[in-house]
Amino acid sequence: MWRAIVARLVQGHRTIKYPRKPAPPLSDRFRGRPILADLSCPSGCQACIEACPVGAIRQDPRLMVDLGRCLFCLDCALACPRGAIAHSAEYRLSARAREDLVAPMAEDGALKAAALERRMRGLFGRSLKLRQVSAGGCNACEADVNVLGTIGWDLGRFGIQMVASPRHADGLLITGPVTRNMELALRKTYDAVPEPKLVIVVGSCAVAGGPFIGHAEANDGAGNLLPVDLYIPGCPPHPLTILDGLLRLLGRLPRGA
Amino acid sequence: MKFTPIANGYSIPLDSVPALGWPDFAACLADGVRRGQRVSAYFGAAGARPDSTKLYAILADDEANQTFAGLTEVEGGSFPSLTGEITQLHLFEREIAEQFGLVPVGHPWLKPVRSVRSWTKRDAWQRKAGEPLVPGGCDFFKVEGDEVHEVAVGPVHAGVIEPGHFRFQCHGEEVYHLEIALGYQHRGIEAALLGGPDRRSLHYMETLAGDTTIGHATSYCQIAEALAKCQKTARAQVIRAIGLELERLANHIGDLGALAGDVGYLPTSSFCGRIRGDYLNLTALLCGNRFGRGLLRPGGVGFDVDEARVAEFRRRLAIFKKETYNAIGLLWENQSVMARFEDTGRISKAIALELGLVGPAARASGLACDARCTQPSGIFRFAQIPMSVQDSGDVFARAFVRWLEIQKSIDFIQEQLAVIPAAMPQPLLGPLAPDSLALSINEGWRGEICHVAITDSNGRLARYKVVDPSFHNWAGLAYALRNQEISDFPLCNKSFNLSYCGHDL
Ligand code: SF4
Ligand code: SF4
Repeated sequence: MWRAIVARLVQGHRTIKYPRKPAPPLSDRFRGRPILADLSCPSGCQACIEACPVGAIRQDPRLMVDLGRCLFCLDCALACPRGAIAHSAEYRLSARAREDLVAPMAEDGALKAAALERRMRGLFGRSLKLRQVSAGGCNACEADVNVLGTIGWDLGRFGIQMVASPRHADGLLITGPVTRNMELALRKTYDAVPEPKLVIVVGSCAVAGGPFIGHAEANDGAGNLLPVDLYIPGCPPHPLTILDGLLRLLGRLPRGA
Repeated sequence: MKFTPIANGYSIPLDSVPALGWPDFAACLADGVRRGQRVSAYFGAAGARPDSTKLYAILADDEANQTFAGLTEVEGGSFPSLTGEITQLHLFEREIAEQFGLVPVGHPWLKPVRSVRSWTKRDAWQRKAGEPLVPGGCDFFKVEGDEVHEVAVGPVHAGVIEPGHFRFQCHGEEVYHLEIALGYQHRGIEAALLGGPDRRSLHYMETLAGDTTIGHATSYCQIAEALAKCQKTARAQVIRAIGLELERLANHIGDLGALAGDVGYLPTSSFCGRIRGDYLNLTALLCGNRFGRGLLRPGGVGFDVDEARVAEFRRRLAIFKKETYNAIGLLWENQSVMARFEDTGRISKAIALELGLVGPAARASGLACDARCTQPSGIFRFAQIPMSVQDSGDVFARAFVRWLEIQKSIDFIQEQLAVIPAAMPQPLLGPLAPDSLALSINEGWRGEICHVAITDSNGRLARYKVVDPSFHNWAGLAYALRNQEISDFPLCNKSFNLSYCGHDL
């Protein structure tokens, strides 16, 4: 008992002050959005498009990147013969509509999901109970959702909680591309959530299929099966990205954040 | 005829793998296992003729630090099951049945592994083409009797965890039998790897099991390098090993926190939840990603370190080390924690051996198998981490092995950081050797990770087998529940903390 009290003093109070204070610093090597720094691509160069493992980059005629598909890997940056692609430190990435995740590759900055409509915000703004469904990813997204429950992040202080039953939930938080083998379980879980309900998809798997995009064994994301209210991209998204998205949806971030 | 020795992390020409007739092949397997060897892999591959299937086996001899490969070719739609004699083959044979539509004749419990269609025109269960397959859709082992009841859990669980279905046969609170049905996470990675390597291959490896990104990526890189005859730098190997140990630290610490949480001991539970993140952030300090995505590339590493980064790493690690000792030390002197850990979910050494358990679960039951010592590759051939073994085989032992390993991993990383070999240009990976077989075994934090690759005449992947440690150990969890209170399931489960996606692939 005595040692536990001493340990408590040694370990101290560690819940981050965010969003009242600035977000905790990320690794200087953190990979946010892949950004094309200068636009003088030699004509016909397709190096980044060909290197991307998931077909996230296309020419239209500018280079566009689908951050919903993006794995935030190194491949496009390494492939660019001019070294013109680098990842920015932008962690604020979330959207209410799938197409909002497609952006010019030369553009940096936050993708900010709009808050819920007034009535839904009134219902969920201060108390949001979510049932998490893991449906075929690699479990890293689940791990970083779990991180939000630790004392460092303390998701509960925003009134957001993961609950054990869909019947107690206001919505689903889905990870994974939704494998064929999880489709039925996901549908049943969704049906068991009382109306009105939200669907939040976390990670490039659940947004677009992730590394498994195009596989016959999975569905290329939950959006092909259910109406989605919030997309949070990343492979996996940093806990800060997930928190940012959730708080934006609930309109809980200070103006300008 | 005998199996051929194959060095871990090397490739050999396919025609040097002895193709044995079935009786020789079966005898070699049985003989090896009788002498204490483990089956690291046993899998099918397309045969030379339309109606034949090749079966490959990899045996690991932990005492002699050797690995062996052998192969046989079977005709038609069946092969004799050896599970009756060699228990640890049970799931391998079921996988061969599912992937290749071959019936292992005499298998005592022939059920699908992942509930997916076979890669051939055959189906081991004669199911019709359109018939929907649902994991957990088959019959379960049933205990009958007046007061016996059945508890079904999953696939969607109460926490933020992966899907699986658990069927308990209970008498009151006591569990007589637990059967686990998986496959919900199956996303077809092995099939997608065929014809590679391509631009997705490394990403598949990094997401086979996200919490083992570095473990699986290490094995894949070793396979690719072995097949391309590529000499990676000593520096890259040290950075990889540091990554691998960081992965072990984060997960072991997270597990001890979760175990503490399960027995209601909140101090260690909340401290460890946070400290786990500190180690993940150390991985991010190396490569920008908390799970190690991008740290490894075939031929070397994606990120180097300079003096300033090493200094910062060491500064942080010194602090985390103190906090880790402080948080976890509380567990072992708390009587209520120990009362719940001790004697719960016991697995004897004999059973662990018979089931072919690996990793901390095996070492907790007294088995001396740790690939870092017994099948070393990379930097572990020069800098060894002493093996941590316990013998009580209960939740306590599985927790305590983790604690011992945490201490040794921290020491190892500190030592390695002090002596990182000088930077050298990293080699480029050339084409893979054709008609070869490559093997890579590494000790991930859950246990042995075994990858086997077979290339075709063009140097493309004709078969890539992944054996995640969970594939060996799920049966261990089921066994650990025998005659336990059903309320001890969460505790037993966390003491194994197995991967669903690593199993389901
Ligand atoms: S970061 Fe990776 S996944 Fe994203 S666009 Fe670049 S290559 Fe594609
Ligand atoms: S998005 Fe990436 S990290 Fe998340 S589950 Fe899918 S593969 Fe894993």
